[in-house]
Amino acid sequence: MHDTKIEATLSDSAWSGGEAPFAVNSKKLGMWLFIVSDTLTFSAMLLVYSWVRLANPGWPRPFEIYPAIAKSTFMTVILLASSLTMVLGVAAAHRNDRAKTVRWLLLTALGGIAFVVLHTTEWINLIHEGYTPWSTPQGVPLFGATFFGITGLHMLHVTIGVIYLSVMALGYGGGKFDADDVEVSGLYWHFVDLVWMFVFPMIYLMSIKL
Amino acid sequence: MSAQGDGSEGHQVGSTRLFVTVWVWLVAITAFEVFLGYERLQPELMLGLLVALSLVKAALIVSYFMHLKYEKLSMALMLVPPTIFCICMIIIFFFPDSWRLMQIRLQ
Repeated sequence: MHDTKIEATLSDSAWSGGEAPFAVNSKKLGMWLFIVSDTLTFSAMLLVYSWVRLANPGWPRPFEIYPAIAKSTFMTVILLASSLTMVLGVAAAHRNDRAKTVRWLLLTALGGIAFVVLHTTEWINLIHEGYTPWSTPQGVPLFGATFFGITGLHMLHVTIGVIYLSVMALGYGGGKFDADDVEVSGLYWHFVDLVWMFVFPMIYLMSIKL
Repeated sequence: MSAQGDGSEGHQVGSTRLFVTVWVWLVAITAFEVFLGYERLQPELMLGLLVALSLVKAALIVSYFMHLKYEKLSMALMLVPPTIFCICMIIIFFFPDSWRLMQIRLQ
C-alpha cells in the first residue's frame, strides 16, 4: 500500500508535479522537517542553560539519589520502553494487524502518561524544597527558570504526543488512518524520547547532589 | 498490503529482535550515564562524556527506531548535516561569550 503509492507519484512526470525525490510520502517528510526545527529549539534551550549555568556562581545541585535521580532514571527507562512499543506498533501496522497496532499504540500512550505523572510528582517535590520558576533557596532564580522551562517544554511535547497517539489509536482502529500515519506519529514519539536523552544527563546528571 | 510484505527495496521494517537489541543498548548506556553521574569527574570531562554517550543514543534512535537508516541516503543527507551545522553555529556564537563570563567570574 505504502510503496505502491510512492511509485505512483514517482511515475508522474516532474512537470505535472509528481516527484518524490526522497521516496517518502509528504506527511513523513513534513514530520521530519518539523523534527529538525524542534531539534534546534531544544538545542538552543540546552545551550542557553549551559551559558546561564556558567554565568551564575553557586549553581544549585539539588538532585539527590532519591527521589530525583532514581525517579528520573526510571522515567528514562519508561520513555525508552514506550519507544520500543511504538516501533512494534509501527511494525504491526505495516503487517496490517489493526488490533495489535491499536494495543501497542495505547501501551505507548500509557507510557507517556506514566512519564508525565512521575515528572509532575518530581516537580512538586522540588517546589516543596523551595525551587520555583522564579526562585531557589540558593538565590539563583535562573536555575528555576531554565529547569522548569526546559523540562516543562519537554513535558508539553510528551502530553501532545499522548493526545496524538490516542487519536491515532482510535482513528487507525476505526480505519480512518493508514499505516503511514502511524509511522509518522511514531517519528514524533521517538523524537520526544530522543530529546529526553539529552535533557536527562544535562539537567539531572550534571546537577547531582554529591 | 502486498507491497509491504516482500520488504522491497530497502524498506525492511526491521525485526522485533533488532528493536529489542537496540532498546537493551539504550538502557545499558543510560545505566552507564547514571553511574558516571556519581563519579567525581571534572565537570568538563563529565559533560563531554555525557554528551558523547547521548549522541550515540540519539544515533541509535534515529537510525533504527526512526528508520532513517533504511530511507534513501539523500534523505539522511538532507536532514542530518544541516541540523549539525546549525547547532555548531549556535555553539560558535554562544560559547566564547560563556567562556569569557566564566573567566571573569574566576578572577
